Amino acid sequence: MDVLLRAEGLTLAHGDEVVQHDLTFDIRRAEVLAIVGASGCGKSTLLRHLIGLQPPAQGRVMYGGHDLYACGDDVLAELRRQFGVMFQAGALWSAMTVGENLMLPMRLYTPLNRRAREQRARFKLALVGLDDCFDALPAALSGGMKKRAAIARALALDPALLYLDEPSSGLDPINAGRLDALILALRRHLGTTVVMVTHTLDSVFAVADRVLFLDAREKTMTALDAPRILLQHGPERVREFLYRAPST
Amino acid sequence: MPATRTQPAPTLLWQPGEAVWSLQLMGDWRGFVPPSALAAPSALAAADDAAAPTLEVDTRQLTAWDADLAPALWALLAPLAQRGVLLRLDGLADDVRAALKLALPDDGGDDGGAATPAADTLPLAVRQGRGAWAELGITVGFVGELLLAGLRLLRGRSAMRASDLLHQMDETGPRSLPIVALTTFLVGLLLAYMGGAQLGRIGAQMFIAELVTVGVVRELAGLMTGVILAGRVGAAFAAQLGTMQANEEIDALRTLGVNPIEYLVLPRLLGMLLVAPLLVAMAMLVGVLAGLPAAVAIYDVPVPLYLQKCLESLTWTHLWIGLFKGTMYTLLVVVAGCREGLHAGRNAQAVGEATTRAVVKALVWIVLAACASTVVLQSLGF
Repeated sequence: MDVLLRAEGLTLAHGDEVVQHDLTFDIRRAEVLAIVGASGCGKSTLLRHLIGLQPPAQGRVMYGGHDLYACGDDVLAELRRQFGVMFQAGALWSAMTVGENLMLPMRLYTPLNRRAREQRARFKLALVGLDDCFDALPAALSGGMKKRAAIARALALDPALLYLDEPSSGLDPINAGRLDALILALRRHLGTTVVMVTHTLDSVFAVADRVLFLDAREKTMTALDAPRILLQHGPERVREFLYRAPST
Repeated sequence: MPATRTQPAPTLLWQPGEAVWSLQLMGDWRGFVPPSALAAPSALAAADDAAAPTLEVDTRQLTAWDADLAPALWALLAPLAQRGVLLRLDGLADDVRAALKLALPDDGGDDGGAATPAADTLPLAVRQGRGAWAELGITVGFVGELLLAGLRLLRGRSAMRASDLLHQMDETGPRSLPIVALTTFLVGLLLAYMGGAQLGRIGAQMFIAELVTVGVVRELAGLMTGVILAGRVGAAFAAQLGTMQANEEIDALRTLGVNPIEYLVLPRLLGMLLVAPLLVAMAMLVGVLAGLPAAVAIYDVPVPLYLQKCLESLTWTHLWIGLFKGTMYTLLVVVAGCREGLHAGRNAQAVGEATTRAVVKALVWIVLAACASTVVLQSLGF
């Protein structure tokens, strides 16, 4: 398997408090990896480490032959441009319209003229069902619409690696299903690798090739495998999680 | 209506054992928790994971209880469960046991036993000292990043947008003009009125113009401009950037490889740098002219004499010192506002706190800078 990103011995900490330790895993090219675990176990924190936003207390994150946290600011900025990130709350730039949110990365890093940028931005919005929101300000969108717009922005530069933090939460079933289909289409047609933090088990079983389970009590990863294999043969707490049925 | 107690008083008995402790709850617990239920015996509370005993909760003699029982037991038992004491709750009523099983750490709630932050046991003075040191480090690092961003701008490699610079100039300059003019007018008027009263005691009212001109141009115009901008612009910067931080908008910029200092802070700083001298100059003019009505109407100083004395006392040294100080104060306002905003926490309350800190910090820095610059410039003979 072609490894796109590798986490080696990561320890995640907030100050002196260790959130997760000894995380070692690969992210394979063109796979969909779901990171799951109980609330507060450090999923979003792990995502921030993988993106290059928060240095680990220990360990390293290797991408494209570089350690994200030892390669210097300019190289890190260059590498991060290959990532598309959808943050949990959308994180749209509130002073810009939705269209401008999508066009900013294109204006910064592509030679496209304004007309081409606009066309591409409208296309990305159409992918997430927001083609009529190009001129809207983020404040005018509902929570679910903000998420979809944020996904469109994450796709603006056709990233090699797409990080999605809770993409389905707050979406109605139709749009959640549409998002799952979009993730699969991106993987199938563009070879995009997708890493998503999620609590939505329907999405996990629909799109994930592998599931990485972060255990809140052990404070480390206790499983990494295909969801249906984990469902049958995974550790007890992983099966409980996937079955949504805590043992009594 | 309070429950009427007709049954035995609430009692709690600890019975120690080698491997199994017993906790007996007796009597009527409605509306009252006995003081003995506030803490476990020290021998049990000091148990560690390796040799932690089992604790059986015996409620056979518990005659009545209400909704307070579960929270009281949770407060008592949760620390023990965290130390590894195995709890047997079979003797409890179903509803109380179910609530406790959800709340106690071994059985996990929604957080699946996620770690809770450990209490900081360091003395307050040590923590505050560490906090102040860390704050200083953040500020120094922020100023360093700002200087590097300025260097990249000079080399033509900055992500700053000209449109953002113009927007910030508009926000900080013209929109601040009325409030700066109003405050410096009132300060100039006050200075002339009070100064005239003191000078009048020695028959020196004609020096009102000198007093107002030197006072306003050299010190007060810059100071008042800085103070007003601390409240108007510094607070706004902290709130804007703090909200962006809370909404992960700044992280979104970073993931695009965009340096937030260049993209967000530099236009605010340069915008202020460009408009601040103009604002201070305008404040000087308004402040000096504000002394005129008081001097003329109250102290009978002729208008031509007042204006002549103003021009005579106004030297280039006073002027550039005033402009320099005023610009320095406004830059401190920008640094305080942007530094607090970019390092705000990720929630609404943190944004409010960052805004307050930005204003307080800017005011303190302005006063310190005013004192230091005055002493330095005086000792240098200016």
